[in-house]
Amino acid sequence: MSEPAMLNLVLFLPVLGMVMLLLVPRDAHGTVRGLALAVMLLQLALTVVLYQAFDPQVAGLQFETRLPWIADWGVYYHIGLDGLNVLLVLLTAFLGPLVVAGAFSAIDKDVKLFYAMVFLIQFAMLGTFVAQDLFLFYVFWETMLIPMFLIIGIWGGERRIYATLKFVLYTAFGSILMLAAVIYLVLSLQATSGITSFAFTDLYGSRLPLDIQVLLLGAFALSFAIKVPVVPFHTWLPDAHVEAPTAGSVILAGVLLKMGTYGFIKLGFPLFPDAARALTPAVMVLAVVSIVYGACLALVQDDIKKIIAYSSISHLGYVMLGLASFELIGIQGAIIQMVSHGLTAGGLFLMVGMIYERCHTRDLAAYGGLARILPVYSVFFMILTLAAIGLPTTSGFTGEFLVLLGAFDAAWPQYANGAATWPLVLACTAVLGVVLGALYMLRLAQKFLFGESRAPHAPLTDLNLREKLILVAIVAAVFVLGLFPDSFMQKTELAAREYQQQVLVEPESRWVRAAPDGGSP
Amino acid sequence: MSNLLTLIVVLPLAGFLLNGLAGNRLGKAFVSAVGCGLPALSFAAAVAAFRTLEATGEPIVDVVFRWALIGDSAFEVSFYLDRLSAVMTLIVTGVGSLIHVYSTGYMKDDASYARYFAYLNLFLFFMLSLVLGRSLLVLFVGWEGVGLASYLLIGFWFEDPAKAQAGKKAFITNRVGDAGFLLGMFLIYTAVGTLEMDRVNAAFMGPELPAVSASLVGILLFIGATGKSAQIPLHVWLPDAMAGPTPVSALIHAATMVTAGIYLVARLSGVYLHAPEASEVVAVIGILTAFFAATIAVVQTDIKKVLAYSTISQLGFMFLALGVGAYGVAVFHLYTHAFFKACLFLGAGSVIHALGGEQDIRRMGGLAKRIPVTFITFAVATAAIAGLPPLAGFFSKDEILWFAFASEAGGAPWLWALASLTALLTAFYMFRLLWLTFFGQPRMDAETAHHIHESPWSMTGILVVLAFLSTVGGFVSIPHFLEPMLPLPATDEHLHHFEVPLIVVAVLIGLAGLAAAAWLYGGDASRAARLGARFTGLHRLLSGKYYVDELYEAVLGRPLWWISDRIFLRLGDRALIDGTLHGLAGVARLGAAALARIQTGNLHLYVWLALIGIFALLWWSFGHV
Repeated sequence: MSEPAMLNLVLFLPVLGMVMLLLVPRDAHGTVRGLALAVMLLQLALTVVLYQAFDPQVAGLQFETRLPWIADWGVYYHIGLDGLNVLLVLLTAFLGPLVVAGAFSAIDKDVKLFYAMVFLIQFAMLGTFVAQDLFLFYVFWETMLIPMFLIIGIWGGERRIYATLKFVLYTAFGSILMLAAVIYLVLSLQATSGITSFAFTDLYGSRLPLDIQVLLLGAFALSFAIKVPVVPFHTWLPDAHVEAPTAGSVILAGVLLKMGTYGFIKLGFPLFPDAARALTPAVMVLAVVSIVYGACLALVQDDIKKIIAYSSISHLGYVMLGLASFELIGIQGAIIQMVSHGLTAGGLFLMVGMIYERCHTRDLAAYGGLARILPVYSVFFMILTLAAIGLPTTSGFTGEFLVLLGAFDAAWPQYANGAATWPLVLACTAVLGVVLGALYMLRLAQKFLFGESRAPHAPLTDLNLREKLILVAIVAAVFVLGLFPDSFMQKTELAAREYQQQVLVEPESRWVRAAPDGGSP
Repeated sequence: MSNLLTLIVVLPLAGFLLNGLAGNRLGKAFVSAVGCGLPALSFAAAVAAFRTLEATGEPIVDVVFRWALIGDSAFEVSFYLDRLSAVMTLIVTGVGSLIHVYSTGYMKDDASYARYFAYLNLFLFFMLSLVLGRSLLVLFVGWEGVGLASYLLIGFWFEDPAKAQAGKKAFITNRVGDAGFLLGMFLIYTAVGTLEMDRVNAAFMGPELPAVSASLVGILLFIGATGKSAQIPLHVWLPDAMAGPTPVSALIHAATMVTAGIYLVARLSGVYLHAPEASEVVAVIGILTAFFAATIAVVQTDIKKVLAYSTISQLGFMFLALGVGAYGVAVFHLYTHAFFKACLFLGAGSVIHALGGEQDIRRMGGLAKRIPVTFITFAVATAAIAGLPPLAGFFSKDEILWFAFASEAGGAPWLWALASLTALLTAFYMFRLLWLTFFGQPRMDAETAHHIHESPWSMTGILVVLAFLSTVGGFVSIPHFLEPMLPLPATDEHLHHFEVPLIVVAVLIGLAGLAAAAWLYGGDASRAARLGARFTGLHRLLSGKYYVDELYEAVLGRPLWWISDRIFLRLGDRALIDGTLHGLAGVARLGAAALARIQTGNLHLYVWLALIGIFALLWWSFGHV
């Protein structure tokens, strides 16, 4: 099979999975689960093949498919892999089987519908990553909302309706503004150059007047910032996480949040480079605020899921900081940090789910000394905790270290030549964030794993084989990315460099060249 | 063999993996063999590497793999053996192996025997990465890794919340230092473009200085060092770290890990040589820490706490040496300290072992005859730390005092005076400890007294070895060995006639400490009690460790909690953000009343509506292809 065909297959396998689920009898839960796992594993295998075939020496898109879709509007079904999405696609495919297997024992209501929704969201997430056409991107982007809404709304906890409404309203609000900006952008392209196109490559590098760019980027950025989420657009996240079933939390933390940061790096900043540069201070401030604010809130939570939810806000703050440093090291660090967070937060949510299935509470105060009663569980929990703290040899270190180095590297010259002090202040504050990270995670670990042994349910059984396999996979990935990140970063380097150029360098070939002082349509 | 350095580092890692994954199933004999055997092999490899180094005189470099290449920035994992890292490697693997053997006796009856040895091996792995790493990045990996091992071992008996808490405190305090370390590392990278320390030194020693203040780099890295090496203001974790098993206190919190800060400064001497301000900070913090920790040690009643404050104090001495440019002398004291302090801690372990877990010296006394080997070795090590000739501590401490006095790179009479006063306190509190533990009337209850027994040979044998090394170690002149790479600072010609008198003073100081302790604590120790009663305020201040923990809790801990909870959570998240949202939602709800009729609450209906909508749109779109 050719690689482009294989990429299409990877994308549509979940849809195929949904169709196959339709054929399975409603109550054959075992078959449904087995089928779901098999499809996800096949998808992972194909994705690994694609990943291996992805050539790090080639700039731009690989394994491209481009077919006309809505010809009148210049809309194409256009997908492909590049350095920016390749690791995220791999991450999504990697987490797929783990999400499915993780829900084997947790979900026993409407099992078939549940896995259909997991497939749908898998499809939409992969589609969002591989889409190279703004219209297609938007369709996938919106499609993600529906299955997530249902996963929380049907299989969620007690306050699930409140949580889903908050989630949907937040996201829908962002999406509508983005839609308006998309339409405006495409119409301006049409007005200035006569081309009607939704292709990313046609739309990049707009030279619209700065104030228009700022407005448009603002609209995109709001939508992305809600997804990330960046403080102060974050309050949907803790509620959504707490009410979501484990699988929902894993998908949310593992992949969905990265849609926001991916949106910035793939669309937001490169579409509006002038505005991106102008707004860099604001983005960096919000990134650092997120790091500190998220960490502080994680420190005072007593619900285990909330601790991890707030820690996500902090960790994604590092991603934003790296992206906005426009420094190659920082950008590469941000990409690794995205994947790393998907692994550690995803893994931690899976582990919270495992203990919740046994004890039916997420209240930290109900637990203590699990290291004695559940030794295997505790070892895995400790490893993921340390990875979240960013201990060297884990993926968390690779991401955090490179992001901070990049931010510092970008900030110091500005300080040294007297241009600006604030970037350095922000970089240093972010470095201090590593202390807070250790504070809240070790507080969790100490109360949860150490001290006198107690749990709301006794006797507790330690991890079973299925759970062990899930965690071994995650922990292995955490160490691989911590110890040997080189080959992964080789695959992303050219794209990271291109992103940097798009935003920082004034290219000759930007559109709206006809009106240098900015003719708005 | 070309990969000798990698082998040194990886052997203990193999021990960690074997014991960690399979130790519980394979039994104690296996655990001991792996746990002690691999560090011993690592020591053998270190000796072999040392011989190669001596033969060729050239540093050995061992490139393992490339961690990352970003643009032109390459981050490599490689190991580097020169005279300095050779000394450190030999200490770490040598003393480390001895303490592993001692542990087989000390931890014999512990339920988590395999876990203990796994952690101890893990520690060695990271410590060796720290010492042998060529790049600051690898050093930092080891630096954080030893912190992890320390955290796990302090909280080894994690069911006691206080012990787990002590581990956490150590980790967090070190993290504060690490933030400084990271910034220093970033600054070096920005200025020099590499993190490989031999190149960083060369850049700062070269004709063109990097465009960055060496003192700023030096101070930032020193912040990291104050964390790891327990110097003011980040010293607070080390006394609590005594919650760990005593061999751990000997290995990690006395002989090796806590000296990482000393090693870091000595390793980057190229930077500090061009950083007079940073060096001054190092010297001042060092001497102040040495002095204040010694004053606290004078009144402690827990045998391990006395030794902990003593360690902080001795590390302060080493920083004093670094601060006045005598890098080789600092490493010399590091080396002698590793012997006598390990001997003291392991001796304390033997005492605790004999008394069934008792650590309070007020309930000891008269043990000299009951556990003679422990007593003799402990006495030798006490004399060594007090600086009595010709024991090891005499030589290294004397050189520190001399350079503090006469070095042209920052020496000053007041540094010497305060250091000498500290030396007096050191001799005093150590002999006090010796007296209260081994002499006088037994003060333990009859039951405990009845069970007193000398430790097994696996423990006493190690004590004898370390006592021997504490005796003769001073005759190996480490400063001379290191001089080709770490030259000693010039000393003021005019002061040279003071050299011999100062040595005499130093010896007298040691004897004075001994005499004072004997006078105060000899007999029924009533003189000491009267003295304590006379100065209750001072006594309370010292016993309360100057209330630094309480201060930190009041100005850092509680405010952080308050801001997070009250300002961020309650005001920010709940009142401002969610409050606004709920307000908006209320407005929207009024308008949406009409649409509410199809909101039946039946989610299955929503699914179908949504899917129908999607397919309708797709259908429409395909019509426009």
